[in-house]
Amino acid sequence: MPDIEAIADRAASATPHGVAKVVRGLSDRSIAWLFVAPTMVLLLAINIFPLIWTVYLSFTNFASNRPNRPVVNVGLKWYQDILSSPEIWAAMQATAHFVFWTILFQTLIGFSLAYLIDRKFRGHAFWTTIILIPMMLSPAVVGNFWKFLYQPQIGLFNYVVSFFTGIPPSSFEMLGSVTLAPWAIVIVDTWMWTPYVMLICLAGLRSIPDYILEAAEVDRASRWQQFWSITLPMALPFIMLAVLFRGIENFKMFDMVMLLTGGGPGSTTELASIALKRQAFEAYRTGYSSAFAIILFVVVFGLANVYVKALNKVKQR
Amino acid sequence: MTKTSRQRRWPGWARRGLMENVAIALILIGVFMLVQPFSITLYGWSFITVLVGVVMFTVVSKFPE
Repeated sequence: MPDIEAIADRAASATPHGVAKVVRGLSDRSIAWLFVAPTMVLLLAINIFPLIWTVYLSFTNFASNRPNRPVVNVGLKWYQDILSSPEIWAAMQATAHFVFWTILFQTLIGFSLAYLIDRKFRGHAFWTTIILIPMMLSPAVVGNFWKFLYQPQIGLFNYVVSFFTGIPPSSFEMLGSVTLAPWAIVIVDTWMWTPYVMLICLAGLRSIPDYILEAAEVDRASRWQQFWSITLPMALPFIMLAVLFRGIENFKMFDMVMLLTGGGPGSTTELASIALKRQAFEAYRTGYSSAFAIILFVVVFGLANVYVKALNKVKQR
Repeated sequence: MTKTSRQRRWPGWARRGLMENVAIALILIGVFMLVQPFSITLYGWSFITVLVGVVMFTVVSKFPE
């Protein structure tokens, strides 16, 4: 093992004289601050400052396409407008529809897959890898190729539906129909993120000690009783964690839906983040969109608090 | 273990666990109010409910257990 003192001496002698002179007079605490300072400055510049600036803009009439117009304080006007706007309310409901159904399907399918994968069978590692592939793709890639799959003339999806139901493939349009488009985005998100939920559920199932299930078997508990009394309650905190995490992520969903439908047809798939983007970069209502962003931020921050609390409960197990 | 004077003086109802649960309930009720399709009045009050929940959670997470 190299002599640490010798290494320290070599490092000290290699340090430029000027730097050594400055650092020599500093305490350990000051040196620690010196190392942390660049990260803190960067965080303040790219996270905290924009947040404070957005809060400020949400109380003004600033518009980014009219930077020379005098900025006037409008108080809580934008907040009042947003919280009484039927359009934004509809966007919130579209978001709720998307979040509710994606979480329901992802949890049911993800937990079922985890339950199946948890049983050791020949090639289970291979199948786990295959199932995880959608999660590894970029949302931009997923959005583009599902757009192709949903094509009514040449898309595979319509032909599969036609094969099972007998409905002509070109008689329905997943992305162009007001009733089907909200389900089209739910299907794609479920396809992409179910593997993630499966992974978390799998971690929960693998954390159940074998001796508990063995003791239940000794007590002649049926498979069904074992599942309801041991497996599900012990995996529940992990399922809850997956639900909260996907809930927060899907509440902020933008890229995939923007590529798939662009919020259409009409505004049926206009989720909160898409509505925000339209207000900020198409209508150039910067103050209004800043207030909207703050509302979404507070909601996501609140849900993140719930998430952290659930995470702590899981850790305590 | 003896209780510190701060713990002895702290009111029983202001325990961290209980108050955190109240704050979480407020956040979840506020989020429901924000996305429900039944009443625009509830929607109008949703943000303030979530905000109160978030502020309360931030404050009470510093309370003793």
